[in-house]
Amino acid sequence: MFKIVEKKVLGQDIKLFKIEAPDISKKAKPGMFVIVKIGEKGERIPLTINDFDPQKGTVTIVFQEVGKTTMMLGRLKGGDVIEDLVGPLGKPTEIENFGKVVCVGGGVGTAVIYPVTRGLFQAGNQIIGIVGARNKDLLIFEEEMKDFCHRLIITTDDGSKGHHGLVTDVLKQILAEEKIDRVIAIGPTIMMKFVVKTTQPFGIPTIVSLNSIMIDATGMCGVCRVNVGNETKFACVHGPEFDGHKVDFDLLMSRLNQYKEEEKIALTTL
Amino acid sequence: MEDKEKKPKRKIVPNKTKMPEQPPLERVKNFKEVPLGYSEDQAVEEATRCIQCKNRPCIEGCPVEIDIPDFIALIAERKFVEAARKMKEKNALPAVCGRVCPQEVQCESKCTLGKKNEPVAIGRLERFIADWERENKMVQTPSRPAPRGKKVAVVGSGPAGLTVAADLAKLGFGVTIFEALHKAGGVLVYGIPEFRLPKAIVQAEVDYVKSLGAELVTNAVIGNLYTIPELFNNGYDAVFIGIGAGGPMFMDIPGENLNGVYSANEFLTRSNLMKAYLFPEYDTPIKRSRNVAVVGGGNVAMDSARTALRLGADAVYLVYRRSREEMPARAEEVHHAEEEGLIFKFLTNPIRIVGDEKGNVKGMECLRMELGEPDASGRRRPIAVKGSEFIIDIDTLIMSLGTNANPLLPQSTPGLALNKWGYIVADEENAATSLQGVYAGGDIVTGGATVILAMGAGRKAAREIAKYLS
Ligand SMILES: Cc1cc2nc3c(=O)[nH]c(=O)nc-3n(C[C@H](O)[C@H](O)[C@H](O)COP(=O)(O)OP(=O)(O)OC[C@H]3O[C@@H](n4cnc5c(N)ncnc54)[C@H](O)[C@@H]3O)c2cc1C
Ligand SMILES: Cc1cc2nc3c(=O)[nH]c(=O)nc-3n(C[C@H](O)[C@H](O)[C@H](O)COP(=O)(O)OP(=O)(O)OC[C@H]3O[C@@H](n4cnc5c(N)ncnc54)[C@H](O)[C@@H]3O)c2cc1C
Ligand code: SF4
Ligand code: SF4
Ligand code: FES
Repeated sequence: MFKIVEKKVLGQDIKLFKIEAPDISKKAKPGMFVIVKIGEKGERIPLTINDFDPQKGTVTIVFQEVGKTTMMLGRLKGGDVIEDLVGPLGKPTEIENFGKVVCVGGGVGTAVIYPVTRGLFQAGNQIIGIVGARNKDLLIFEEEMKDFCHRLIITTDDGSKGHHGLVTDVLKQILAEEKIDRVIAIGPTIMMKFVVKTTQPFGIPTIVSLNSIMIDATGMCGVCRVNVGNETKFACVHGPEFDGHKVDFDLLMSRLNQYKEEEKIALTTL
Repeated sequence: MEDKEKKPKRKIVPNKTKMPEQPPLERVKNFKEVPLGYSEDQAVEEATRCIQCKNRPCIEGCPVEIDIPDFIALIAERKFVEAARKMKEKNALPAVCGRVCPQEVQCESKCTLGKKNEPVAIGRLERFIADWERENKMVQTPSRPAPRGKKVAVVGSGPAGLTVAADLAKLGFGVTIFEALHKAGGVLVYGIPEFRLPKAIVQAEVDYVKSLGAELVTNAVIGNLYTIPELFNNGYDAVFIGIGAGGPMFMDIPGENLNGVYSANEFLTRSNLMKAYLFPEYDTPIKRSRNVAVVGGGNVAMDSARTALRLGADAVYLVYRRSREEMPARAEEVHHAEEEGLIFKFLTNPIRIVGDEKGNVKGMECLRMELGEPDASGRRRPIAVKGSEFIIDIDTLIMSLGTNANPLLPQSTPGLALNKWGYIVADEENAATSLQGVYAGGDIVTGGATVILAMGAGRKAAREIAKYLS
């Protein structure tokens, strides 16, 4: 049993939980995730560790309500308990001093890229942050990102804040103007696909975090398989971060749609 | 053999007492257990068939050396409580073994009666007595010995880990079992289906091990949450690794990542551990398909196929590249599956999986095979027939090709010797690994084997750990 010690509503459908999990907090590193399962009948879903505090013994998750499990999770309150929390899982982000790094966060992915950005900043990198959302109400972690970005650019699809347009517009401009050593992009699969397309002509190493469907997240079932460089990899143990230029995003998107019909049925039981 | 035994006093009853079963057409519509178990009278009748051989050959066939004739004699005398106690001396999980042991190649294969007639139904009797004890609430926890002040960490809660934990707890060692999943039991909970091994029974066995004093920590992925060296730093004096052979295998043919292609591990985990057959009451979904193919010929393939039938498929095909004779699955399972309507496609090898425009599997291209000369395994090698390609129309495919070692824990353990396939090297006699105080057993040492062999390895390891810590 893992107690939710703090709950925050960050924006439309986006919630933050700080959870008491002392042992996980001690081993967490940027880029790693946990598996969450609520109740006897619940499914196991992966959520990135957004923050961790080994002193207080807490880990923080930020999630968007997109289906039954995340909606049920969203109904929990501070003081409630989560039955199962497994982690930290996956390989941590590769963090060293690369030079100048662009960190691109889209939607709830901004919460995921936040600890990565912080880690890279602390390792001495020059950081340019690009944070995008559909509209200003969906923007999260803007303030926190500011602390660890030498420059932060906001984009919204509808122009309600910052640059009117997509993260890739801004990214392209930056790549044309300055020498960038690495790009890290975390957000909707389609966004990551286009970020990779944008950096490809410039030949800049680009890291993405793949959000495939998972069950055990220990390498036992193979549901999370992705195609990277024409090899099958398991996102849960070989990833979730991979070299974006080698990822077959179309396959990933197709696999994410596998249970569309069942997800609709699940919502009717909410 | 001694002369006396050739002329038993009692008249030999040639056949096993029949065990009632759910009829095939009924049971493919549910996930309830297929064989229903003996009544008291049936059990006594069967126990009476045993001729109590002096040299007790059946015991040799049991990897944990249960005192088979003794517990059977107690059943024959209707001393059920005593029979249960006798069995539990050697086997902490009798309700499981009585159901899933391949008795025909173990204890029952050595039974004297089996030479001319059917052997004594040792497995069925074992199941009966364990069920009887549980259902009549006679399960007794042995009194706990004085604590020895030494602690052992057991990694993995499959049959190997549970056995080590039970044996060491009974000796007074402090034991903590660390399990990666949210439920204990290993393959017994995530792999073997409800209709062969009800999960309530596995839970009762896990509870029994806990009642002996072993502590269970679920959701603990060792290697990530704590490494083996950290377990020693945290106060454990020895570690047992029983993490099974949990990695799925694929064929490496085109189309394997299409939607609707499952590893047997995924398919069975969804259905068993996550109870997807009860979706949407349970949240984890599973595809309810019309035409399913299962590739493979082992017990896991049978379990997958029979699960697919129960999920309501119109047709389930078992695609196997050799012939029926070479299939490694237990005869009983093959027979059950056939009764339930499984369609066998022997001498058939998949070469490509065909998808539709949405990325869903719609067919599997196969080649017909012929059997050639025997290969290294002694089985006749299948050879492709040129130009024999054909397509089976399917909407779900389950790859059941065996498993391999999961590298997650070994990779985080410096100095732990592995063989070339990634399995942990452990001494067959004393279960010791290349690291001091670290022991290993079960599928992670042998590769995919059986429940009872994993328990046997656990028993040996417990004995060695007790010696090491004394
Ligand atoms: C390693 C990893 C880290 C993740 N970290 C976060 C995080 O920090 N915050 C967060 O909000 N989400 C994160 N996700 C995604 C999250 O796991 C899914 O949103 C969640 O499983 C959806 O469950 P559900 O039952 O609520 O929705 P479902 O009913 O399962 O799905 C509803 C919709 O979400 C889509 N979907 C389903 N599974 C995923 C998935 N794994 N990723 C993306 N979309 C999915 C479906 O296509 C569908 O359109 C992460 C995923 C992975 C693999
Ligand atoms: C579908 C199926 C059907 C089978 N049917 C039969 C049968 O009828 N009869 C028979 O005798 N045998 C059968 N077997 C084989 C038998 O189940 C195995 O040989 C046996 O379970 C092996 O036991 P084990 O304790 O070594 O490992 P497992 O049962 O595999 O248990 C290992 C446990 O360790 C956990 N683990 C793994 N990594 C970690 C980690 N890093 N940290 C913490 N925990 C970890 C796993 O989650 C798992 O719970 C079957 C196997 C399968 C898959
Ligand atoms: S444990 Fe298995 S091998 Fe041993 S007696 Fe029981 S059924 Fe036979
Ligand atoms: S070998 Fe068969 S008949 Fe003889 S004691 Fe064992 S079970 Fe009984
Ligand atoms: S989630 Fe099962 S192997 Fe990755």
